[in-house]
Amino acid sequence: MTAAGAEFETLPAVWTRRHLLDLESLSPAELTCVLDAADRFKAATDDCRRKISVLTGRTLANLFFENSTRTRNSFSLAARRLGADTVEFSSSGSSTAKGETVIDTAKNIEAMNVDAVVIRHRTPGSPYLLAKNLDCAIINAGDGPHEHPTQGLLDILTIRQRRGSLQGLTVALVGDIAHSRTARSNIWGLQKLGAHVILCGPPTLVSRRWEEFGVEVAYRLDDIVERCDVLNLLRIQFERQYTRPFPSVREYALLYAMNSERMRRAKSDILIMAPGPINRGVEITPDVADGPQSVILEQVTNGIAVRMAVLWLTMNTAQTNS
Amino acid sequence: MRLLIQNGRVICPDQGLDRVMSVLVEDGRIAALDAEGRGDEQVIDATGKVVAPGLIDIHTQLREPGCEEDETIASGTAAALAGGYTTIACLPETDPPIDTAASVEFVRQKAARAANCNVFVIACVSKNKEGKELAELGTLSEAGAIAFSDGMASIQSSELLRRALEYSLMFGKPILHHPESIELSRGGVMHEGKTSLVLGLAGMPAEAEDVMTSRDIRLTEATHGRLHLLNISSAVSIELVRRTKLRGIHLTAGVCAINFTLTDEELRSFDADFKLNPPLRSREHVEACIAGLKFGTIDIISAGHAPRASEKKMQELDLAPFGMSSLETTLPLVITKLIEPGHLDWISALAKLTVNPAKLLGLNKGTLRVGADADLTIIDPATRWTVDPSKFKSKSCNTPLAGYAMIGRATQTIVGGEVKYERIAD
Repeated sequence: MTAAGAEFETLPAVWTRRHLLDLESLSPAELTCVLDAADRFKAATDDCRRKISVLTGRTLANLFFENSTRTRNSFSLAARRLGADTVEFSSSGSSTAKGETVIDTAKNIEAMNVDAVVIRHRTPGSPYLLAKNLDCAIINAGDGPHEHPTQGLLDILTIRQRRGSLQGLTVALVGDIAHSRTARSNIWGLQKLGAHVILCGPPTLVSRRWEEFGVEVAYRLDDIVERCDVLNLLRIQFERQYTRPFPSVREYALLYAMNSERMRRAKSDILIMAPGPINRGVEITPDVADGPQSVILEQVTNGIAVRMAVLWLTMNTAQTNS
Repeated sequence: MRLLIQNGRVICPDQGLDRVMSVLVEDGRIAALDAEGRGDEQVIDATGKVVAPGLIDIHTQLREPGCEEDETIASGTAAALAGGYTTIACLPETDPPIDTAASVEFVRQKAARAANCNVFVIACVSKNKEGKELAELGTLSEAGAIAFSDGMASIQSSELLRRALEYSLMFGKPILHHPESIELSRGGVMHEGKTSLVLGLAGMPAEAEDVMTSRDIRLTEATHGRLHLLNISSAVSIELVRRTKLRGIHLTAGVCAINFTLTDEELRSFDADFKLNPPLRSREHVEACIAGLKFGTIDIISAGHAPRASEKKMQELDLAPFGMSSLETTLPLVITKLIEPGHLDWISALAKLTVNPAKLLGLNKGTLRVGADADLTIIDPATRWTVDPSKFKSKSCNTPLAGYAMIGRATQTIVGGEVKYERIAD
């Protein structure tokens, strides 16, 4: 272990989970614990470029049943920067194509002595299935429209780094809330750390029922843009929709795209975020995406620190419990 | 062959009867009530127990032919006996669906060979359950089908349902319909509401049931047909049925026991055993089901027995099929969730499990009247037990009730005067 790794020898007492399945069930203290650890990993590894070998000899399996570039590479890099080995698995050409169930596939991977499984799957609850049936640590890398906890954490970390605290901030999640796992993780994490959350999009994609959870619902971006500290612009998940929830992409862009005109009305220090991939001209115009208020690439960098923190916490807890 | 059941609390909703007395059975029929024995008969001492007409289910999936990995006619009827059912009417949830005289005959033969409970066949409304063309209802009727239904394949074509309601009038047999607008529920795995929103699971809105219930009622009214709404589960549907009955229009409605028991919150476990159709709904709908039963809007409680092999259920929620094995837990749920809390008394509750389904299907059953078929269920109303699916007689043990604490269950099931099932202490 490098000298910088000494501070990672002991797990924080507040963390006792061997899985990270969602942010809904995490306490504010647990959320803060991951964010603090991510900050420390980021600092200790000079923006995540250096290795800090606290997981040497351990193996992480990436089980991606859905396509991913950013999240998969981010987890792989995070694992390697902690000294762990990684096994990559894609559903195309795998046993699932031959009729094997997700549980059996995962059990076979686990039998190769892996210590943690990162799973992305189109069906909500799939990571919970694995958590019930496997002994190793399970990390949810996105289960359908349910949750994407590490994305939620990296979004929150980015805001916290820029603003110092979430307390009292107004954060709007704009777009396809109905099909967004990023939204479902952000909603819980942001609210627990003191932010006011607005969900904004057409009524066909944003349910009024969210108000029951303390969230504000707005149907017009123009009505809220002036009072937001952060705008997180979510992608329209065409692949998850059975019917078109709005008449055209053109009309959606007209009503919800963050553009220079809306930027002029926004607070001068507003943060523009997007979980990616972004559709330029649909949720966000290129000038805003590449503009000074955009922190989209910082989110990507922070993703590695967050995943290092999550792997360190869960894999060590899993080992302690086993 | 004579059988005397003594000292039991005899409850016969058909006769408004509820008192301790004996029941004498002779040659497969109820011979007398309050009779003395001659000394040469088989005697059952039912002290402390309820003696009821044999339970009748109108929604059982026996899954044979074609899906024998889920259930067979032999295993399904054994499960029925263990649950206190003396008669089941099986839906055409088979492969191929029961839409020919030969397939009706197949089920009848297999059931006779199993020699467990009585089995009546509900045949398809439409050919191959496709909802496009009427099946040969006359031929199916001749072959012994007692009712028609496309099972869980809700009939989307209003024209087809209208024709079915009209055409079936000449056979005097009811259409049992599962009201669900597929357009609205497509892709759904659970009730659409607060819980589905949080879980990101595709929802089946109550409106998918409501719009079809509304349509079905209108078509029943227009055709004077005999319609039974198989399993309703939403507050609005129940209210629609209530208003329809108040207007003097004849139709009947049923509810699955699980729909007055659990809520959609259970799906938080992401366990496919909770994936049911109709789906487990939110608390307000569960309470509406209970109120519907209490005030007579809902006539029948069905098991909704839809067993599925464990390998089918141990999958992601969108891949796992709907359904649960429920013949062995329905009566205990009625006791635990309706009778014990005081929502229904024994007579009203048993009416929905005996005489009402018998009337719907035109059977000389569901009663302890002298001369009726000697089908009886003896119930221990106070026993406390916990659901252990590994002890099910059903071939499939998928249930959302594993570990659930129950009050009461059947101890003996008598079919045609013969004790076909006797519970041995666990």
